[in-house]
Amino acid sequence: MGVIYILWLREIKRYVRSRVQIVVSLGQPALYLLALGFGFGPVFAKAGGGSYLQFMAPGVIGMTVLFSSVFSGIAMLFDRQFGFLKETFVAPVSRLQIMLGRTLGGATVAIIQGCLILVICLIAGFRPAHWTAIPVAFLFVIMIAIVFAAMGTALGSVIQDMQGFQLVMNFLVLPIFFLSGALYPLSNLPPVLTWITHGDPLAYGVDGLRGVLIGTWQFSFPVDMLLLGILAAAFLSTGAYLFSRMEL
Amino acid sequence: MIQVENLTKTFGQFTAVKGISFQVQQGEIFAFLGPNGAGKTTTIKMLTTLLRPTQGTILLDGFNPLIHQKEARRRFGIVFQDPSLDNEQTAYENMELHGVLYHVPGKIRTQRIEELMKTFELWEKRDDYVKTFSGGMRRRLEIARGFLHTPKILFLDEPTLGLDPQSRNQLWAHVKRINQAENTTVFLTTHYMDEADRVADRIAIIDHGTIVAQGTSAELKSQTESDSLEGAFLALTGTSLREDGADSKDQMRQFARMWRR
Repeated sequence: MGVIYILWLREIKRYVRSRVQIVVSLGQPALYLLALGFGFGPVFAKAGGGSYLQFMAPGVIGMTVLFSSVFSGIAMLFDRQFGFLKETFVAPVSRLQIMLGRTLGGATVAIIQGCLILVICLIAGFRPAHWTAIPVAFLFVIMIAIVFAAMGTALGSVIQDMQGFQLVMNFLVLPIFFLSGALYPLSNLPPVLTWITHGDPLAYGVDGLRGVLIGTWQFSFPVDMLLLGILAAAFLSTGAYLFSRMEL
Repeated sequence: MIQVENLTKTFGQFTAVKGISFQVQQGEIFAFLGPNGAGKTTTIKMLTTLLRPTQGTILLDGFNPLIHQKEARRRFGIVFQDPSLDNEQTAYENMELHGVLYHVPGKIRTQRIEELMKTFELWEKRDDYVKTFSGGMRRRLEIARGFLHTPKILFLDEPTLGLDPQSRNQLWAHVKRINQAENTTVFLTTHYMDEADRVADRIAIIDHGTIVAQGTSAELKSQTESDSLEGAFLALTGTSLREDGADSKDQMRQFARMWRR
């Protein structure tokens, strides 16, 4: 059994065993979907946007994957001072292996969460343009999960305490979500906002999901995929670097 | 087995460890004592590759942990001051994960896990989650885990903190047994002087980052004309209280406890 595999497996086991946490972490996106999806529905339709549930379901999937994957990385904060991370740090294995095992584990958990929320979307009445779109959408879910799990690992390597954790959640993760176009179309925004939203990594993930699932593109398939690929590579290497420099 | 020369660690303006030197022979039980903040944990962190020394050299079984990191790491096991078990996994899974991390081959791994868990009286509880374990059981599991890859050196950083006398006694009995059976060198820190007196072959006392005395318990007692090790310790380090304020680490410790229920 490999080192990366067993650390990956640990993340999966932790996830599968905490059933309460699964329900809790799906509760928030489900609430967004139902409260906003149905609540804003009439306004959105009146403005000529069509079905708001159709529009926002891919955004909610993106949001679920974002929160779940970033959180898995930042949760390292708790493993750090008091837990299990030390045990892996003194073992005769490279930091890169530890980092990859953890990050891929976190990404896998986020992918599972994304799939579960897709099922909830389908139950709530969301219908993809075509059923064959789902496997392609799955590709985007994987990309988003890897990008943000790597970002989480990078952040988890530098954050020392709870204040840092809250800082990141409020001033990084939430803006990434709200400025990604998950909840509103990115077209016809004020120039500053357009500029900011185009710098948001999740914007390309959400656009990919939405494009594939309901056929509405802001950018395009190659642009989304390419940018997510570059971001994944960049965050993975940053994460690996910061993780390798971590001192306990 | 452990050779330390002129070891120094500075954090900005503060020098936590000031040029300490000592040697520990193979099979020896060596106690490293000192008041809070004396530099014990910093020293252990440097010995176990978690911190880079500012100056000085360390040799573990002939390997410099800075240059031959993996070889050095393979040669020691460690039980940290704060628990480092995975609470969400079973005792057996924790052992197994450790075995994989240290590349212990499958068959030997299974065999040795069973052997050690039986020695430390945990075999019946192997499929229970660690979060259901008492403090003493957790400590035993951590020590059993530390021995799993047959290390030549075992570091124990305050392993008996918060345990009742029964658990402490039993824990040291186990450690002594394996120390004798496998000739493992043991490097320990503790605040319980009676333990160090009973268990350790040799003792070093550190205060304000320097070693103020080392030798056998009898030597330290006669040197300070005290009739107990505690007396010797107080004579060497003074009776003033050390700063051990509630820093952010303590807050985190509490938070982690809440978080994990």
